[in-house]
Amino acid sequence: MLQYIIRRLLQLIPVLLGMTFIVFLIIRAIPGDPAIVILGQQATEEAVAALRETLGLNNPWYVQYFEYLKNLMTGDLGESIRTRTAVNEEIWPYLAATFELSIFAMVIAVFIGVNAGIISAWFRNSWFDYGAMIFALIGVSVPIFWLGLMMQYQFSLQWDWFPTTGRENVRDPVNAITNLYILDTIIQGRFDQTLNVLRHLVMPGVALATIPMAIIARMTRSSMLEVMKSDYIRTARAKGEKMFWIVYKHSLKNAVIPVLTVIGLQTGLLLGGAILTETIFGLPGIGRYIYEAISSRDYPVIQSGILVVAFIFVMINLIVDVLYSIVDPRIRYN
Amino acid sequence: MSKKSWLFFVLLLTVSIALIACSSDDEESSEEGGGEGTAEEGGSDAEDTLVFGRGGDSVALDPIMVTDGESLKVTRNLFETLVEFGRDDTTINPGLAAEHAVSEDGLTYTFNLQEGVTFHDGEPFNAAAVVYNFERWANGTEDKFYYYQSMFGGFSDDEGHVIESVTATDEMTVEFKLKRPQAPFLKNLAMSPFGIASPKALEEMSDDEFGENPVGTGPFKFVEWKRNDRIVIEKYDDYWQEGLPKLDQVIFSSIPENSARLNALMSGDIDLADGINPSDSSQVEANADLQLFERPSMNVGYLGLTTTREPFDDPKVRQAMNYAIDRQAIVDAFFEGSAEVAKNPMPSVISGYNDDIEGYDYDPEKAKELLEEAGLGDGFDMELWAMPVPRPYMPDGQKVAEAIQNNLSAVGINAEIVTYEWATYLEKASAGEADAFLLGWTGDNGDADNFLYVLLDQDNIGSNNYTYYENQELHDLLIEAQSEVNEDTRNQLYMEAQEIILEDAPWVPLAHSTPLLAGDANLMDFVAHPTGSDLLMDVYFK
Repeated sequence: MLQYIIRRLLQLIPVLLGMTFIVFLIIRAIPGDPAIVILGQQATEEAVAALRETLGLNNPWYVQYFEYLKNLMTGDLGESIRTRTAVNEEIWPYLAATFELSIFAMVIAVFIGVNAGIISAWFRNSWFDYGAMIFALIGVSVPIFWLGLMMQYQFSLQWDWFPTTGRENVRDPVNAITNLYILDTIIQGRFDQTLNVLRHLVMPGVALATIPMAIIARMTRSSMLEVMKSDYIRTARAKGEKMFWIVYKHSLKNAVIPVLTVIGLQTGLLLGGAILTETIFGLPGIGRYIYEAISSRDYPVIQSGILVVAFIFVMINLIVDVLYSIVDPRIRYN
Repeated sequence: MSKKSWLFFVLLLTVSIALIACSSDDEESSEEGGGEGTAEEGGSDAEDTLVFGRGGDSVALDPIMVTDGESLKVTRNLFETLVEFGRDDTTINPGLAAEHAVSEDGLTYTFNLQEGVTFHDGEPFNAAAVVYNFERWANGTEDKFYYYQSMFGGFSDDEGHVIESVTATDEMTVEFKLKRPQAPFLKNLAMSPFGIASPKALEEMSDDEFGENPVGTGPFKFVEWKRNDRIVIEKYDDYWQEGLPKLDQVIFSSIPENSARLNALMSGDIDLADGINPSDSSQVEANADLQLFERPSMNVGYLGLTTTREPFDDPKVRQAMNYAIDRQAIVDAFFEGSAEVAKNPMPSVISGYNDDIEGYDYDPEKAKELLEEAGLGDGFDMELWAMPVPRPYMPDGQKVAEAIQNNLSAVGINAEIVTYEWATYLEKASAGEADAFLLGWTGDNGDADNFLYVLLDQDNIGSNNYTYYENQELHDLLIEAQSEVNEDTRNQLYMEAQEIILEDAPWVPLAHSTPLLAGDANLMDFVAHPTGSDLLMDVYFK
């Protein structure tokens, strides 16, 4: 197993290298001069030329690329053109915000998605099944942007249940330690703030969870239906085992593999999907960070931001692969 | 571990996740009522803390290092300038200089500084501090101190640099000697980029560090900055003006989406929101808990006609374009009335505005006649460039372009709408590649020169004169006005200039928009300033 993990980690190197190259090229293929974007419409030509020189934008692309790679090797993700701060230093708070949101959303998506899928399969063709699957269909199709604004309207403005935007009460801000606010507030014993942070997480969490929840529910249902047709389940039923255990113990064990794959993929996609949620709910996450960087042509931030997200995506997939063998011992890696 | 125990482990995991999820949900719902209660109780805090919601984050908080409005919006409250703009206009008022005098030849400006002013780090404000700041700027580079270069004609080594010397004649008096008269000199000094910073703090920190830990003399001092999230500033206790500021704390909070920001305002999460969509203004006005603010216009949105491209090299065609476009309809439909129809290239708050000019009426027949005279009676094909991004002076470039397209087709001109990504759009337009393009400008110092010379003088072809419009007579007038110290004579020159521009019609001026803000109904004495940077020291909650 260890060997497998090491091999997989080694395989990451060419993948990541390829990624840096593609990202680098795509960004440079987009027209538009970062110097003009930074200085604005009012800038004189000389100012633009001077800034291009300072930023090293006048070098040929391959020089810029190798310069970038060289820095990456030393763990230097570059310096933001816009804020003139090292990306290493400023990226963590954004990542943490997105992590917190994604984990929260994933917990909702997995818990509700898996259970809805199981119950739908269990009581196939029942009203619950139809209801859940129609709901899931709506869930995959609904635009997050619209959903987010509607939720704000209904749950904040009409019913006053949750705050509209942000991560915390700005009038009583969380004292950031790890930047994972739930953790930070618990460490500091500020449980009132923990609740407040949770309240802020609910709406963006649910909005973000909608699509993965629906996909997970559909996948679980079809996978469960498949398994429940098999012989060993019939045997278990013949044995007189309680239906609950047949479903949650015997069937789920075999049905969970494809579901795990979907969960892994969706978790990775969440990082990207977070950008819309973060914009509507005014959350300072990694999606917003990259988005702002794109609009100001902040090359180092775009490159490193995408690289970090891609890295996390690949790591999540690795973890899922390892999980397979834990859940199903028949799967072995040599 | 056996198969069974693994299974148990997985089940346990699922169940515990389920429990966590459940319990946190429960806590949420039980907290709902209580949570609101605490927010209400927290009302006493809300009375001295203002949360100002806006679309984007600042770039840096050293005002001279930035050019973006979101940065200056904050630094306006941290730093002060020698002279200050009026509360709601761009007239010149005392600031850090209690008095100022100008010599008759317009070459020497003497400032008597305000006594008893200190920087936020406790250092005294004096003539030496002023000299230090100006020396720092004058020895800078364009990519750092953009506005210095742009307003004072370069840096100390440059030919065009206006300032000959800045000297402290005594502890509290500063004398500026100019190489040649510069009429908007005081207006330039009043711009927020020229806020005076603490020399000690500048010595101790690098430029970039200072941009994250600004130290000025303003009514508020810097507390904290969480990028892309919020900037917190608080009352400076030793502020020199008695009883000010009235608020204890101001939090600038970034919420990028306009509708979401309005939602946050309506729910009370924030107290003041800028970037209100014109279409939401009626909703704000109907809400008794809110009030609507209009920012006086300091901008112009226009359709530029590249005068070097056929057929726009013919003034008749350009005039025809002016007659063909129904600006009132555009303002009504896409600015929802929160704009005034433009007839000149600059808004009416700026002195020198020529209100006697009638402008071009919407008259398609006249347009057809002019096209006929130009030999284009059968019309022609052209590209019409639509801005890809919303700007205060042009909330929806695409829709405005469609309306113009429609107007033009009525006089036989077939316009094809094209658009590019924003940076590309500017690059290509400034290279003169567009036939006709939508664009606009927001003024820096509220001076006519900042509109007419910057946007339409032949000196600025290739930079901000996107139409490549050249007129020697206009150029002479604008250059003369730059050094004319007498306000009335100067205004006269600008009025003449506007007549020439009207005749030559390099633009179809469209609108001067009035950006909208909305705030809590209890918010008192907030004045939206035309420059876009609002001084919050008088603001309080009822």
